[in-house]
Amino acid sequence: MRPEFEIIQKCIRPGSRVLDLGCGDGSLLHYLKNTKQIHEIGLEIDADNIEKSIFNGINVIQQDLDRGLDNFQSDSFDTVLLAQTLQALSNPAELVDDMLRIGRNGIITFPNFGNWKSRLYLFTRGRMPVSKFMPHQWYDTPNIHFCTVKDFDALCREKNITVLTRTVVDSQHQGSWAMKAWPNFLGEIAIYHLTKRSGDQV
Amino acid sequence: MSASNPTDSVGLVTPQSYHFDEPLNLRSGKVLSAYDLMVETYGTLNGEKSNAILVCHALSGDHHAAGYHSAADKKPGWWDACIGPGKAIDTDLFFVVSLNNLGGCAGSTGPASINPKTETFYGPDFPVVTVRDWVQSQLRLMDRLGIEKWAAVIGGSLGGMQVLRWAISYPQRLGHAISIAAAPKLSAQNIAFNEVARHSITSDPSFHAGHYLRNNTYPKQGLMLARMVGHITYLSDSAMRAKFGKTVTDFGATGNNFGRDLRTGKLSFGLNVDFQVESYLHYQGERFSENFDANTYLLMTKALDYFDPSVDYEGDLAKAFANSGCKFLLISFSTDWRFPPERSREIVNALLKAGKEVSYLEIKADQGHDAFLLPVPRYICALATYLKRVHQELAAHAS
Repeated sequence: MRPEFEIIQKCIRPGSRVLDLGCGDGSLLHYLKNTKQIHEIGLEIDADNIEKSIFNGINVIQQDLDRGLDNFQSDSFDTVLLAQTLQALSNPAELVDDMLRIGRNGIITFPNFGNWKSRLYLFTRGRMPVSKFMPHQWYDTPNIHFCTVKDFDALCREKNITVLTRTVVDSQHQGSWAMKAWPNFLGEIAIYHLTKRSGDQV
Repeated sequence: MSASNPTDSVGLVTPQSYHFDEPLNLRSGKVLSAYDLMVETYGTLNGEKSNAILVCHALSGDHHAAGYHSAADKKPGWWDACIGPGKAIDTDLFFVVSLNNLGGCAGSTGPASINPKTETFYGPDFPVVTVRDWVQSQLRLMDRLGIEKWAAVIGGSLGGMQVLRWAISYPQRLGHAISIAAAPKLSAQNIAFNEVARHSITSDPSFHAGHYLRNNTYPKQGLMLARMVGHITYLSDSAMRAKFGKTVTDFGATGNNFGRDLRTGKLSFGLNVDFQVESYLHYQGERFSENFDANTYLLMTKALDYFDPSVDYEGDLAKAFANSGCKFLLISFSTDWRFPPERSREIVNALLKAGKEVSYLEIKADQGHDAFLLPVPRYICALATYLKRVHQELAAHAS
């Protein structure tokens, strides 16, 4: 995950307030605390992860993202993170709205289902893609809302979300000129920096 | 205390009384001209006096939070599950201070103490004390001990409310506020239960309008009943079921036990105690009534009822926390119906609104409100982990 952290930290302002939705063991926030001196809150549902987050010294709140984020005020954070969690949400579009309400900007990372490997897997085998990166069977996967880079671009257009930056990388988090040229076909992980604000409100 | 003193116990402890002469102006407008606080401490205060933790007790607690008073003690202090060498509140790392709150009946000045003006028991004349008053008296104790800032203030239930009050009243005097199984204020249902408890005490013929000690008696039946009602609210349905409910299989084997534990194996078809849960409550009530002062019980429940720090801030709890400089940890328990998780989340949301640093855990536990006193593994682990971080912060700060 470290390479993804490095890509994310480029979008984080030093000393800013950061909310991480589905913070896992807190390692991303811990990393950002060390590199950017952020003021952090992480939301997490898994008991073991919550304890690891506490161990990592980050503020963590037990909260189910599928129950919404009504308890967070608008503009109460600089950046809201959603790393590798979008596809596991029951209502991802609503959550994207919420995160860009709470934060002046947001960072979303997700596995790109439009990647050629997924396409080839489905095309040749006729079965839902299973890989080292996405190891679950269709019936036991927590990932219930897969999308492609193209799908997500469309969602941003529909919701008038400004894409500040879009980075597409492979599973080793390496980018290339070819991936920039054909992101939806070659990219395995997409990292979006988004906002609904304008100018210096971002 | 057993012959083999467990290595994770603070061992034998001796409470110490501190006298305060400076008058304490109470929330009610009354003044307590002088008072004593009964205190126990565990562990060692470091050179910088930075490793002190204040533990606040709940409704029926006192200063005796850990260890034993004598080798003959069968039971340790009320939070021995959490306080001791290597335990969650690690006395190898922290200096832990625990006191009996004003109005209590375990050595601090309260209704059962002698009023120097009248030279007889305060009784019902002891002023109503609030959480705010307690915290003010705790601040005096802190100053007496030479402690500038608590590393953490920790408490469960009514103790958790004192923690919140600390963060509001003395925002720069604590590093961490750890409030467990608490609420931002009581619900109407909470107050209703308290009123049943109070009414059962005040309507006991032995109550004598609170002057029972002068009459060499005490409202045993009323206090018993108050505790029985209270005790029901501390347990969950599932906890009672686990303790007293037979399974369907047992039902078949033992015949007519109605799926609950029978005391004698058969029904009396009278008003006798048929079920184990009944005798359990009787026992709890009786034991409590012999060890607790009725006027103190009335005061403590009133302190609960009156707790609502938002009243000074137009009902906005977030505003109450505006100046708090500490970090917060809130913990609730899934089957607690006295102060359920929603109540802790209200506090969390107010803290978020105020832009504070807060962590929150909802522990799955069957034991109801009582869980905060019990060694529930995930709860104890989380608390231990959090406090280890607190200690690391202190160490990093010192170096």
